[in-house]
Amino acid sequence: MNTTNTTNTITAPDHPPTALATAGAYASRTIRQFARTPQLLVVGALTSVMFLLIFRYVFGGAIDTGAIAYVDFLIPALAAAAGLFSSGATGVAEDADSGLFDRLRSLPVPRAAVLLGRSLADTALVMWSVVVTIVVGFAVGFRIGGGPLEALAAFGLCVLFAAAFSWLMIYLGLISGTAQAAQGISFSVFPLIFVSSAYVPVESMPGWLQPVAEHQPVTAMVGAVRALTIDADAAMVLGHSTSWFVVRALLWSVVILAVFATLSTRRFARGG
Amino acid sequence: MIVTEPSHDRALDAAASRAHSNRPPAIEAVGLTKRYGDVEALAGLDLVAPAGQVTAVLGPNGAGKTTFVKAVATLLRPDRGSLHVVGIDAITHPQQIRRVIGLAGQNAAVEPALTGRENLVMVARLFGHRRAAARAAADSVLAEIGLTDDADRPVRGYSGGMRRRLDLGASLVGAPRLLLLDEPTTGLDPRTRLELWGSIRALVRGGTDVLLTTQYLEEADQLADHVVIIDHGRSIATGSPTELKARAGRDVVDVRVRHAADLGRTADLLAPLSSDAPHLDPPARRITVPVADGTARLTDAVRAITADGIELDDIGLRRPTLDEVFLALTAHDA
Repeated sequence: MNTTNTTNTITAPDHPPTALATAGAYASRTIRQFARTPQLLVVGALTSVMFLLIFRYVFGGAIDTGAIAYVDFLIPALAAAAGLFSSGATGVAEDADSGLFDRLRSLPVPRAAVLLGRSLADTALVMWSVVVTIVVGFAVGFRIGGGPLEALAAFGLCVLFAAAFSWLMIYLGLISGTAQAAQGISFSVFPLIFVSSAYVPVESMPGWLQPVAEHQPVTAMVGAVRALTIDADAAMVLGHSTSWFVVRALLWSVVILAVFATLSTRRFARGG
Repeated sequence: MIVTEPSHDRALDAAASRAHSNRPPAIEAVGLTKRYGDVEALAGLDLVAPAGQVTAVLGPNGAGKTTFVKAVATLLRPDRGSLHVVGIDAITHPQQIRRVIGLAGQNAAVEPALTGRENLVMVARLFGHRRAAARAAADSVLAEIGLTDDADRPVRGYSGGMRRRLDLGASLVGAPRLLLLDEPTTGLDPRTRLELWGSIRALVRGGTDVLLTTQYLEEADQLADHVVIIDHGRSIATGSPTELKARAGRDVVDVRVRHAADLGRTADLLAPLSSDAPHLDPPARRITVPVADGTARLTDAVRAITADGIELDDIGLRRPTLDEVFLALTAHDA
């Protein structure tokens, strides 16, 4: 054991960390944790690719999407809703459980910035699986029908959706207590994915379910990305104009982000 | 509650080496209360941790040790009472407290996928260090905790003891004035515990005030200048380890008989020496009895036992251990 004392050479910092430095430190730690844990890196992308292949080749043939090829119907949905498959809730519960959150709360950080860092990292990690999904999508026949600017806008929307859902997942992670519970609670968002236009057209659902599916956020988000990535003629089949979907998707994202960012940040700052 | 003056052995050395005279107490808690539902984790706790010392908070599981550390670390807000940390009001100015404390909790809160150095740099950044200063602070702490050679290996390859040392190091990168260690050696094997004690002692020589909680009396005895025993959320005794042993007052006559069969008869012979009943430990063939006038009672014991012809392996008079003090003080719920 080296007992030479060197603590005195460290001087206490003059200022507490900025919000940016705080968010950056936690985000970069979370991304490095993910990138260096092969299980996380592979599983993150694998879930999405698995859904892609199963729906493309197993269920796809039985689903009638009219003038749109099923693969062109599916890939935008997977990209738009990828945030709901994120492991963010589990990650947050693990960090709470390991004592990291206690340490962070004991430091002179702006507490509201801590979870912002988590959200940034989780969004980046979801976008990693989105990119993998799109690449695999191209390999199994997905083609972009609209212009490059529209495709870029669609990708931008996917980032926004991922950011909004990252806060939902952070909140679920904070309220679940343990990593195992968080994993279970994460499944509670599945109805949101399946009772939407993500995998099947809403019209194919029973009448009583259609209004629910029609008016929930995932349908608006998926519709917006689809409308921007298929050609104008095929887009007619979607039932609404591109702007109808985009405006609703933007509104939903802002609402989800505002509600869960506020709830999560409050809960984190309060502690316990 | 009587708060005794610091003891004059280690406390004097500490005071001399630090040359701080009029610093406010590291911690001053008055009437601290915290309730979780029906459980009163802190029930009017009064506690002073003098500046320039290592204070140990000693108590059984559920005594309120962790709740107290969390209150000092501003992780929770007490329901009632006042709490000052290095002179700053922790309830009204928690953000100022966070700039002067370092916390190492019960778990080693280090990230296994990062290297030891990366873990320290991250925490240093979160203390407010700029990039270069954070790296320098990490280097310096790595040397101090003896992990320089392992600094660039991922923590998932570290032993449990190395993780605890790294966690201890993480609480140091901000050069805190007060270090809070919540059961720093719980769950460690004896050798690793000794190693960690070494690290903590080195820090103390460097002039950092330390508050540590522990269930181990030996740990308090080894590391602390000042011990506060708490139970059911209240402080029940304070003083230096020496003072607390003295406070139990009486020496102990400690007898080891050669033949287990003689235990009962020996106990009967020892019983008149004390108002307390002798304590029997049959597997060790030992009998202990606390006595008032130690030397005289020891002579009585030897005389009575030899007169009866009982063979002894050992007989002696000793100071009570902190264990005995602790048990005596917490006996009300036994």
